[in-house]
Amino acid sequence: MKYLTEFRDGPAARSLAADIRRSVTRPWVLMEVCGGQTHSIIRNGIDQLLPPELELVHGPGCPVCVTPLELIDKALAIAARPGVIFCSFGDMVRVPGSEKDLFRVKSEGGDVRIVYSPLDALRLARQFPDREVVFFGIGFETTAPANAMALHLARREGLRNFSMLVSHVLVPPALEAILSSPTRRVQGFLAAGHVCSVMGYWQYPPIARQWSVPIVVTGFEPLDLLEGIRRAVRQLEAGRAEVENAYPRAVTEEGNRPAQALLAEVFEATDRAWRGIGVIPKSGWRLTEAYRPFDAEARFDVGAIRTVEPARCRAGEVLQGTLKPHQCEAFGKECTPRTPLGATMVSSEGACAAYYHYRPLPGAAGGGTDG
Amino acid sequence: MCLGVPGKVIEIYGESDGVRMGKVDFDGIRKDVCLAYLPDLAVGDYTIVHVGFAITKLDEASALESLRMFRELGLLDEELGQVDPAEQSPPACPIPGWQAPPSTA
Amino acid sequence: MADLESWTCPLPLRDYPTIVLGHGGGGRLSAELVEHVFLPAFGNPALDALGDASVLPPAAGRLAFTTDSYVVRPLFFPGGSIGELAVNGSVNDLAMRGAVPRYLSAGFILEEGLPLDALGRVVTRMAAAARAAGVQIVTGDTKVVERGHGDQCYINTAGIGFIPDGVEIGPDRARPGDLVLVSGTIGDHGMAIMSVREGLAFESPIVSDCQPLHGLVAAMLDAAPPGAIRALRDPTRGGLAAALHEIGGRSRVGVMVEEPRIPVTGPVQAACEMLGLDPLHVANEGKLVAIVDPACADRVLAAMRSHPAGRDARLIGAMTADHPGLLMARTGIGATRVIAPSLGEQLPRIC
Repeated sequence: MKYLTEFRDGPAARSLAADIRRSVTRPWVLMEVCGGQTHSIIRNGIDQLLPPELELVHGPGCPVCVTPLELIDKALAIAARPGVIFCSFGDMVRVPGSEKDLFRVKSEGGDVRIVYSPLDALRLARQFPDREVVFFGIGFETTAPANAMALHLARREGLRNFSMLVSHVLVPPALEAILSSPTRRVQGFLAAGHVCSVMGYWQYPPIARQWSVPIVVTGFEPLDLLEGIRRAVRQLEAGRAEVENAYPRAVTEEGNRPAQALLAEVFEATDRAWRGIGVIPKSGWRLTEAYRPFDAEARFDVGAIRTVEPARCRAGEVLQGTLKPHQCEAFGKECTPRTPLGATMVSSEGACAAYYHYRPLPGAAGGGTDG
Repeated sequence: MCLGVPGKVIEIYGESDGVRMGKVDFDGIRKDVCLAYLPDLAVGDYTIVHVGFAITKLDEASALESLRMFRELGLLDEELGQVDPAEQSPPACPIPGWQAPPSTA
Repeated sequence: MADLESWTCPLPLRDYPTIVLGHGGGGRLSAELVEHVFLPAFGNPALDALGDASVLPPAAGRLAFTTDSYVVRPLFFPGGSIGELAVNGSVNDLAMRGAVPRYLSAGFILEEGLPLDALGRVVTRMAAAARAAGVQIVTGDTKVVERGHGDQCYINTAGIGFIPDGVEIGPDRARPGDLVLVSGTIGDHGMAIMSVREGLAFESPIVSDCQPLHGLVAAMLDAAPPGAIRALRDPTRGGLAAALHEIGGRSRVGVMVEEPRIPVTGPVQAACEMLGLDPLHVANEGKLVAIVDPACADRVLAAMRSHPAGRDARLIGAMTADHPGLLMARTGIGATRVIAPSLGEQLPRIC
């Protein structure tokens, strides 16, 4: 068991798809919450196996896409400072701010480094005690424990030259924001598997009940995604709205308790602006009192930031599932991965970029995605 | 979000830089991974790794159960004799001798 | 086989254990560098004459001429160094037009402070690669830039080869129905470099596939009638996807590949999973992709497999009349997707 190739099996995928086709009697709209799921659906062509009645819309679970422009501009300003080593996941370096991106800052002399883990940034802080090492702490609940550990260790070691620009966002408030939208089309959710590995899924039953939506915890491989879709469709067809776990090998109801404990020590809930969507109450994390000395926003006064979002970008509607990337007039024309108007065209899991890179064949049959 | 990759724990160092670390093997490549959030994780266990952190222990029984269920669906397919539209008219493939990839389950 | 790691600095270079500006100044230090480092490694009659230009005998066939610059970091990586890359890169560019590579130039841009022994090891490896590929380094140049104005060592090589009569290979010659062969596993070089990148490093058995390909090309040409091998590309930066995009675009045909048929080693696949990269976009330095007349594909494939550089060769796809210029892939679950060209740099992602 490698826990990978087994879940990419072609014949099993086709059996699952056949079962979905047998179950569907009328049109349904499902949202995969996580950008990693979007990436996998488009990359593998899972949508092409689905019956035309079934429409998948792509959710806001892409931290790169929803990090507010103001914070990107702050990151650019901090990264440009002499003496700063600015560390980021590779995902963030091409995300456009108002005027430029981190790559441009690097080309202009900023010390921008791509790291694999926040612990790599911490190592740099130990290695260069006379430099300020700033880590761009983005992500959902999956990434937060890693960032929390980096902060925890920095505090314990008294590493004074380490700080974090925090932009953590949370899944459940985003689901509720999507559900309460007057233009809501989503009838069921594929919940983000790795977020649930950390947080569990005990938070979801009240949401499923209140809004009458099935929520199926779903993984990322083709068979996982098809199984999540199959279970959501079965619920919808039977008129049920329950929470199910279709990713039991990696998710338990309670989640990872030690991770949750450190998260509670390092972070507290705060209102957070989502790029393209707006402020969602209690939808993000900021540092608690004890960790505020490590807040890069407080440590570096970058002055007033005036953000300019391209008027033609409709990423907000894409992130809320009311617009398909290719329905945007700018898609593939003035907005491409080379000249992105919005972050959804940059991140490899951004819905626009996923469509651009892995779009289905022109005129191909099937594909619930186009429904 | 959240690229998580399954790997096998092959070594546990105990504390390094003040935190429980170990080595995880991903089909031949090896990476130091923080194990602090899975205190019960043992050598030989499989885990999902995200940005250098083991976030969950993979449960083999659940994985096997899922795969068993998928196989049963396949058998059901055959029993129903239902023709899969995707199989019936696959997109034209000009490569001679092409067959669907073999099952790895 | 030359002993690559035991290069020791001959007197009088020991006075300067690192490169100084004077090594590029044209004076005594420059002359010593040539005399004690370059000539002993590369020595051949054309170079030994030390003229302003090398004088070479004429040869039969059309001339193929190419140049490329090498700026890889780190200088030494699993399976190779900038030295082998600089030789094999230009050798392979020539081979992709069906040329027999003969002569190389070597231009060095050295950063002040580069340890002389690092230069010595690069040069030794370069010389060994040239010998293995059967090419001579017949002219060269060295410049030194101030510290901070370069990254240790850059190398430019230009190559000259001769194309035998009857050989016509070019990226614009593919036709619908032609088959796509790849000479072995993909992504090895790019992931070998990634494995030693600061901040991303991981332990791996992955080594660069850096090797010369003209011998393989000769074996393929022998196995097929003239014109049956339409196009060849070595999928370096941008990977297999970029190579196929170029051929599809230049020939105005579509390209369809079967993803499960594309050979990728377990460790390269795993490293790509971990960093969120697609092996189709990862660089290779010792592989080729061939577009071949379907009537001869079996013979060409057999010839590739019996050559050491093509042992793992496979048929992976075909040219189509539909969707000219597009690269399409059938995925492991039997769906079809379009693969867009990558932007350039492969960035590891967490999402």
